Order: sequence, then structure tokens, then C-alpha cells
Amino acid sequence: MTVSETPADGARPASASRAPDAFAGSGVATIDGAPPLLQLRAINKSFGSVQVLKDVDLDIPAGKVTALVGDNGAGKSTLIKAVSGIGEPDTGEIRWKGQPVTIKSAKEATALGIATVYQDLALCDNLDIVQNIYLGRELLHFRLLDEAAMETGARRALDQLSVVTVHSVRQLVGSLSGGQRQAVAVAKAVMGNAELVIMDEPTAALGVSQTRLVLELISQLAARGVAVIVISHNLVDVFAVADRIAVLYLGQIAAAGPVEQFDTQTTVELITTGTLSSGLEINDLRH
Amino acid sequence: MSITAPVDEETPPLAPRDDSLRLYLHSWVSTLRGGETGVLPVLAGLILLIVIFQTQDSAFLSAGNLTNLMVQGAVFILLGMAEVFVLVLGEIDLSTGYLAGIGAVITCELAAQPHNLPWWLCILAGLAGTSFIGIVQGTLITRLGLPSFVVTLAGLLGLEGVLIFLINQAGPTNGGVISISNNVLNDIVNGELSTTAGWIVAGVVAVGFGGILARRDARRRAEGLAAPPPPVTALKVLLVAAAAVGVAWICNTNRGGAFALRGVPWVVLVVLAILAAWTSLLGRTRFGRYLYAIGGNAEAARRAGINLALIRTGAFMLSGLTSGAAGIIYASRLGSISTDIDGGTLVLFAVASAVIGGASLFGGRGKMIHALLGGIVIAAIYNGMGLLGLGAAVQDMITALVLLAAVTVDAVARRGRVAH
Repeated sequence: MTVSETPADGARPASASRAPDAFAGSGVATIDGAPPLLQLRAINKSFGSVQVLKDVDLDIPAGKVTALVGDNGAGKSTLIKAVSGIGEPDTGEIRWKGQPVTIKSAKEATALGIATVYQDLALCDNLDIVQNIYLGRELLHFRLLDEAAMETGARRALDQLSVVTVHSVRQLVGSLSGGQRQAVAVAKAVMGNAELVIMDEPTAALGVSQTRLVLELISQLAARGVAVIVISHNLVDVFAVADRIAVLYLGQIAAAGPVEQFDTQTTVELITTGTLSSGLEINDLRH
Repeated sequence: MSITAPVDEETPPLAPRDDSLRLYLHSWVSTLRGGETGVLPVLAGLILLIVIFQTQDSAFLSAGNLTNLMVQGAVFILLGMAEVFVLVLGEIDLSTGYLAGIGAVITCELAAQPHNLPWWLCILAGLAGTSFIGIVQGTLITRLGLPSFVVTLAGLLGLEGVLIFLINQAGPTNGGVISISNNVLNDIVNGELSTTAGWIVAGVVAVGFGGILARRDARRRAEGLAAPPPPVTALKVLLVAAAAVGVAWICNTNRGGAFALRGVPWVVLVVLAILAAWTSLLGRTRFGRYLYAIGGNAEAARRAGINLALIRTGAFMLSGLTSGAAGIIYASRLGSISTDIDGGTLVLFAVASAVIGGASLFGGRGKMIHALLGGIVIAAIYNGMGLLGLGAAVQDMITALVLLAAVTVDAVARRGRVAH
């Protein structure tokens, strides 16, 4: 569906004032002219006197994996919290499918179709896979739990994430491997028909083979048309899975664009300094 | 670039489902290794106790003694069930012993002069009273964030005072005792079903429960869901039927001397009914599911939109309600309730019943059946030791050892789970 991608804001002259509609023509264009799934414009957020986010503009297209990278304190978590409803931005606009929205709580984010998979996964080890996937939205049959329907649904959800197999969906989550746990958390997230899944450091605590599983899981989500935002410190994983990269540096977007425009060296430089000392693509990438 | 994995079409082969006996046993063994021992340790312990006592005194397995054991265990079992509600949350309720006393006092007092209320109203009032106290304690714990250990410890102390106050208030000259004058209240423990009725109830339980089990497993197999293989289902049904018939047979055997005494005591039915109700509540409703979720990972439960305060308070209310029921049965057995009731010791037996049965002190794990088995173990120890003429000193020490063994099993199993 998405055919051409131009680097975010690359077309905008740095010195020119903002166009009347800042959303028009910016970021990611699609063949039918539909706007990107999620658009952030001029997002600002301060904690006391510290400004954590400064005029952040970012487009998140559907069906793509966007990696959000940056050093500690760059504002990645704050930006994610603004989208997932945990920390409303001070100023700025969030557009969802082209419509301006406010996301005041996690519930509102879920209602829109935004699901967040936190680093700690928020799973109950003492419950089985079915019980975890349906936690808080159990199916009922005459006011009693409809175990059969939930088991069928959970199995279907996991089967769709076909990279990970489990012996039985009645296994306790505490007995699963790291990759399997991540799969359960993702299945739980997309069960509510999420269109945007935000994953916070999904591979941080995993070994090599489990990391590979999770990366395949992420690619599969995107292939199903879901927009994915991945926060990661691991550039190897980022380049393995991302379609687009956005680099945050001290609360500002240092660069954003298709992964082809980045390599490890430039990305590291952007993460650590916020600018590029040399190189051909600077003009395309930098604000 | 990205691993744009070609999805669709070829889904990888699914893991084999548990539909063969060998696979089922295999997964069962790995579950055990994972630390989910279930009721196995307590069943093994119970069999060991029975063997020891029976070889020492052949009267242990006599019909009369076994019936007596069921009656003795009833209070421990119910108090243990009360404790399971809060243990699953990772909390504790130290007030259950005196909550039981309060429930008994309200019920007995309303049934006696000058009130003379009908028995069912007295029971309802008693249960409402203890439920209310449970709500108050639960509210303090959840809304003010106080530790349940301290709040219910205050409950233990304060309710003993309330109990003494109420009994003295009811009759300053009665010597701190309220007798039960109502026949129905008395007969909960001291009355029996007729032998015919006992057999009918046993048949209904065996057929009904076995039927539900068999139908559920059959339906799951039909829908292609994980279900135990048919031989395992058949074994379960057979065990349930054997237990029901066994209990009826034991109780229907004459246990009297010169005067024939036979029949299932009502209290056995009461305990089984409460067991069935609470087991369904924990296993088949959202409330029960949320209890386990909160006990396992409260933060995950909160993010799932679960109202933690409401569910936690509900657990303390149900703990109060069940304690009240235990108290009424306690009074029915003695024919009275007095200021001598030792709620401090009762609560220790309550926690011991649940933990010996297999409920975890660390939260997230525990079933009502655990309280049943644990309560029977404690009753068996006291009953068996009594038969052997061993005094309270030895009984307490042995119970302590069994409790330690149970907690050790819990802790070791927990380590097994973590290491997994």
C-alpha cells in the first residue's frame, strides 16, 4: 500500500515558517493519499524546569516497524507515554488516522487501538496462557467463564503469531521461555484489535535464539498491517527488524526516515551527538 | 533489511495436543517437576497418617471414628477455606477465629430468649455480621493501604473483646455461655440424614458431579481443545463416585452401641455444599480469576483494568462470611458458644489447614480443596493421637511438624517454579 517514502520533514525548508497545515505533505505519503496511522506534531513535555520533549514531529505508518532509538534520557519513554495515554503532552497535536485526538488514559489508548507491551510484559506467572491473554476481558457464558471459547481464541491468536509454538495454551506462563512470554504479551495486545503496538525494549533480556523469535514476531505484526513502534538500545536488532528509524536526541528528533538511509555508524553518531559531522545523507535526515 | 517474514499459508506445525494418554502423563510429570505439585503431597501425607494410626489402633478406621473425624474436621476445613480467599491474594486474615466466634454469638443469641427468631434468620444475621466485619477490615487494608497482617491482628484482639462483651451483654448471669435452644441449629452437627436419604444424596453427587466432569471433558475433546484422555476422565469420575459412596457407606454403618446410630451428619453436606460453591466461585467466575491474577502480579491485574480494591475487599468479606459459617458449626457441635472459644488457636489451625493442603503463603496459588484436605489432616492428627492416648503436648508438636513439612514443600516447589 505504501509506495513512496520521503524522510520526515526533509522537504520542509529549515528556515521557512510552518505551513498552514503542518500535516499536509509531511512525513510519509501513501498512494491513496491517506495520512499515516499516527502523526505527532510539535509535541512538548516538561517535568518541572526540564523540557524532556521539544517540538517532536513523528509519523508512524501502518504496516511498518518504526524503531525509536536514542540514548538514556533522550525522551523515548516520555514520547511513548504520551501516545499510550500514561503521560499527556503539555502541548502539541496527536492525529490518529488523520483525526486530532487526545489520549488521556491507557483505556482511551486501548479504545483507539493502541496497545503497549511493556518491558516487564505484565503477565501473571501463576496463570496459564489463555487466562493471561484474556485477563480483564474474559468471555462469559451465563455469567460463568467460557473457557472453551477463550481457549479457542487464544490458540487462534497465538497461531497467527506463527513464529512461536507452545506445547499447550494451558501451560502456566511462568514455565515459558522469554520469547514465548513476549509472544503471549503480544497476543494479549493484539487480541483487542490493536492497530498500533508499542514495544518497549522487547529483546532486552533475551538470548540469541529468543531474540530472533521476537524479531520475527515483530515483522509478522507489521506484515499483518499493524503499525509497530519498537524502542531498543540494540542497533543490531533495530537494523534487523525496522522499516523506519527515528532518532531522539535530548528531546528532539535528530533524524527520521526509512532504514535504508541509515547505517550503524551514522545512527550511533546521531544518538550520541544529535548531528552528523559528515556524509551525504545529512540534509535528508537532519532537521 | 528487515526480516519481512513470509507469513500466511504455511503455518508451522502445531505442538501436539494432549490427546494421548502417554503425552498426558508426560506433560503431567513435567508440570510436577515445574513445582505444580497440586494435592499430591497432602494426599501422600494423609495416607501415611492413616497407615500409622491404623497400625497403632485398629479403631481409627472404624465407621464411628471416621464419622467423628469428618465432624471434627468441619470447623478446620471451613476456617481453612476462609483463609484460602485471602492467601490467594498473598494476604492473611488473622481474625478468622474470633470472626467465627462472633458469627456464632450473633446466631445463638438471636435464636435464644427473648428473641427466638427462626433458625434461618439467625444464621443469615450471623453471616451478615461477619461479612460486614470482613468488609470493614478489607476496606481498611485496601483504601488506606494498611498491611492485612496488622489490620486483622487488631481484628483478632478487638473481636475477642466484642465477643466477651456481646455474651455478657446477652446474660450477665449466664456464666459467659449462650446455649443453643433451637433444634435445627443443634442438628447441623448432631443430626443425621436417614440412611436412605444418605444413599440418595451420595448417588446424586456421584452421578451429577461425575456427569459434569465427563461431559465437560467430552465437549472439550469434541472442540479440539486440550482435554485429559478418556481413561483419565474415567478414573476421575470413578474416584468421585467411590468417594461419595464411601462416605455414605461409612456414615450409614451403625456407629452406636446399644442404640443404633447411623446416617450422614448434616454438617458433611454443609461443608460439601460450601466447598462446591466456593470452588465454582474461584474457578469459574471473573472474581475468582482476578483473585489469582492479583495474587500473581497485582500490577498486571491493574493494567488489565481490574478494580484491585473491590476484589481485595470482596475476598476479605468472603473470608468473614466463611468464618461465620465455621463459627455456627463450632457452636452447633458444642451446643453452645462461650467466652472460652480460643480464636487465637483456631486461626492458626485455619492457616495450617490451607497451607498443609497446598495453598501458598506467597499468594497466587490455592484452591478450596486444599483447605478440605488440610483440615482432614489436622483432624486426623488430633483424632489419631487422642485414640493413642497421647496428650495435647504431643498433638501440638506433631501438628507443628506437619505444618513445617507443608511450608517446606511449598517453598521447595516455589523454588522449582522459579528455577524453571
